[in-house]
Amino acid sequence: MIPNLDLRSIKPYGDQTNDGVIQLSFTLPVPAGARAREAAKTLIASMGFSDIQMVLSEDIGGDFTFFVVYAKTNKYVDYTSIKTLEVEIPKMGIEEINDKISKYLKRQVVIVGATIGSDAHTIGLDSILNMKGYHGDSGLERYKAFKVYNLGSQIPPLELVKKSREYKADVILVSQIVTQREIHIKQLTELVDILDAEKIRDKILLIVGGPRITHELAVELGYDAGFGAGTMPSDVAAYIADRILKKPS
Amino acid sequence: MHLDLDQNLVRKARELAKEITDDVQKFIDLRSTDSVERTVARFYGIDGVDADGIPLPNSVVYDVKAHDGLKRGIAYWIANACVAKSMSPQEVAESVGKKEFSLVEIRPQKESIVAEKIDELTEVSIKKLEETKNERDDLLKEFGDPNQPYIYVIVATGNIYEDVIQAKAAVSEGADIIAVIRSTAQSLLDFVPFGPTTEGYGGTYATQANFRIMRKALDEVAAKVGRYVRLTNYASGLCMPEISAIAAIEGLDMLLNDSMYGILFRNINMMRTFVDQYTSRLICAFSHITINTGEDNYIKTSDPIDRAHTVTTSQLINEQFALKAGMEPKYMGIGHAFEIDPDVENGLLYEIAHALLTRSLFPQATPKYMPPTRYMTGNIFKGYAQNTLYNLVSVMTGQSIHLLGMLTEAIHTPLVQDRYLAISNAKYVFKNAKALGEDVEFKKDGFVQEEARKVLENAVSLLDHVKSVGLMASIEEGTFGDISRKIDEGKGADGVFVKGEDYYNPIIEKMEKIVRSGEL
Repeated sequence: MIPNLDLRSIKPYGDQTNDGVIQLSFTLPVPAGARAREAAKTLIASMGFSDIQMVLSEDIGGDFTFFVVYAKTNKYVDYTSIKTLEVEIPKMGIEEINDKISKYLKRQVVIVGATIGSDAHTIGLDSILNMKGYHGDSGLERYKAFKVYNLGSQIPPLELVKKSREYKADVILVSQIVTQREIHIKQLTELVDILDAEKIRDKILLIVGGPRITHELAVELGYDAGFGAGTMPSDVAAYIADRILKKPS
Repeated sequence: MHLDLDQNLVRKARELAKEITDDVQKFIDLRSTDSVERTVARFYGIDGVDADGIPLPNSVVYDVKAHDGLKRGIAYWIANACVAKSMSPQEVAESVGKKEFSLVEIRPQKESIVAEKIDELTEVSIKKLEETKNERDDLLKEFGDPNQPYIYVIVATGNIYEDVIQAKAAVSEGADIIAVIRSTAQSLLDFVPFGPTTEGYGGTYATQANFRIMRKALDEVAAKVGRYVRLTNYASGLCMPEISAIAAIEGLDMLLNDSMYGILFRNINMMRTFVDQYTSRLICAFSHITINTGEDNYIKTSDPIDRAHTVTTSQLINEQFALKAGMEPKYMGIGHAFEIDPDVENGLLYEIAHALLTRSLFPQATPKYMPPTRYMTGNIFKGYAQNTLYNLVSVMTGQSIHLLGMLTEAIHTPLVQDRYLAISNAKYVFKNAKALGEDVEFKKDGFVQEEARKVLENAVSLLDHVKSVGLMASIEEGTFGDISRKIDEGKGADGVFVKGEDYYNPIIEKMEKIVRSGEL
């Protein structure tokens, strides 16, 4: 932490402590000109900004104007009062996971992964599951401790549950990339509802991942964990191993 | 800049690709699909939905199929009903939609009169399509074809009217091509939705009405900016030929159209896709619609450097399928992409080699180049820099269809300013590096030359392998995109059938005759 900072009232840092500088860029649906600039400034001032420096106001066609603005906020945040929900990921390497699972569980952990509903994007799912992994971090298929079934994209939640039963899954891993109009919430909820209805929710470690997924959201929806942007396959592997090993059998 | 490629190897690659596709074409020629038949219904003017919202082309095809008559082709049944009932195809379809009668139960009319009716309907349909095509060609001449690389941007609001607002803004800033991204999972619908739509997920439904609305808007703004603006949509999925049909009717300029994309990335049945892509491409060839192939997708899932040759292999296969559909090379938007990990040392050099290889292998085509997506992160500022490098490679290697990268890729569908910033970036780079490609030669036996040579050699060995096992078996092996699909698996398999001895598809026959004779 930076020394001599009052954590009870911190402001954004531009180039001096608590100067409150924020960069903003946005578009107004009006033609460029003096009136558009004034409108943008008025809008920003109404949000509690001062020292408004409009460094760009540009006609971007179709009667839209694009602005880049630097301004100082009069708001601050009490850092000491902030609490977050984060997934606890123990430090465990691939060998340690393989050893511990084979020693204590004495079988492979069965993981079933899919993107559900209308989501056709498998990039996230594949990065976590495929042998190759992501950025040199091996995917779950590489772990001897895991038996992975990657069902691919656009799997209806009901089908996913059916397959999970068939494969005797310990873990269901769902990836959701498309989040437009909150469609992911509906699909993720549907999956939990089905697991509840079939009375197998407790038997399964239920995980969701995606660029706009937070652990907090996941827990709220009834998942055990949520993994957001920047998650590496090894994070997910360590979390799964830890939870499976701690599970009373 | 040019590559010292072994021309014998290039010839060998093409010969192998031709032999590979010859085998598949034999398979295709014996078959038709529900979607191909619905396409004929659409060309005969059948449109709209029944009381349950089922599109009438689906109603008539389903009706004939349920009565086991589809082996003969839908054209005969429609014409026979028109003669018997003294109705137009649309009136016939509406009656079938209301379950007033089944086409198969109508008494066969005198053969010569039905044949005459078929000729008449086909004649009218072909004439209309030719008029639309000529109108587009004339407009292109009148407004003038923009310089390449064409600046291609997407709109994807889900609401066609909102799309129009954004598309017009993009054109006035310099966009040459507007693509309306489809709603997620439309490719898996076994029908084409009807009417203007204002709700969609991650995009806007491809419907004939939406095509018409955007076409009209773009023509208006083209007249204003004095530059031809191309309209693009997506023909992948279970309705490839139907989407091509409505695109041809409404005068679209381009369609995403890959011979294998649906199989690999949407798990659509292999037989269905191969049969559908043929009719779909024939329509594109006939109506001068540029196809964009989907090789960029392979290197989203597998390594862009190690597997670069799979892109080349698929490009050559796609080219041969397009040639079989009678397509002129200038309508082939051969796909590839800049997906190399930005942390790779000399990644730019690899990319130049790959992009230049595509350009050199297909000198008459209009390559479609796709921006970074895989390694785009929430760091939009770095993303903007990645797109700058992509723009540079595109202009220096002479790509044709340049899909702009958005700094918010992987975050959300583009905001209006994202698109503006992307266009500014591309215009800046294209102008600054305009003659770079003409002025630079790569060192003989240097990095770029060596890499391109290696990719071509690997592609030839892969083609050799695909030739020996057959294309379908090699897809089962997971040759492309590291994805394996089985011949009888996937969606839409039940919509494929072997043509009967009396099968007749007059529209397709007429189109084949015209594109092959070069009458166009």
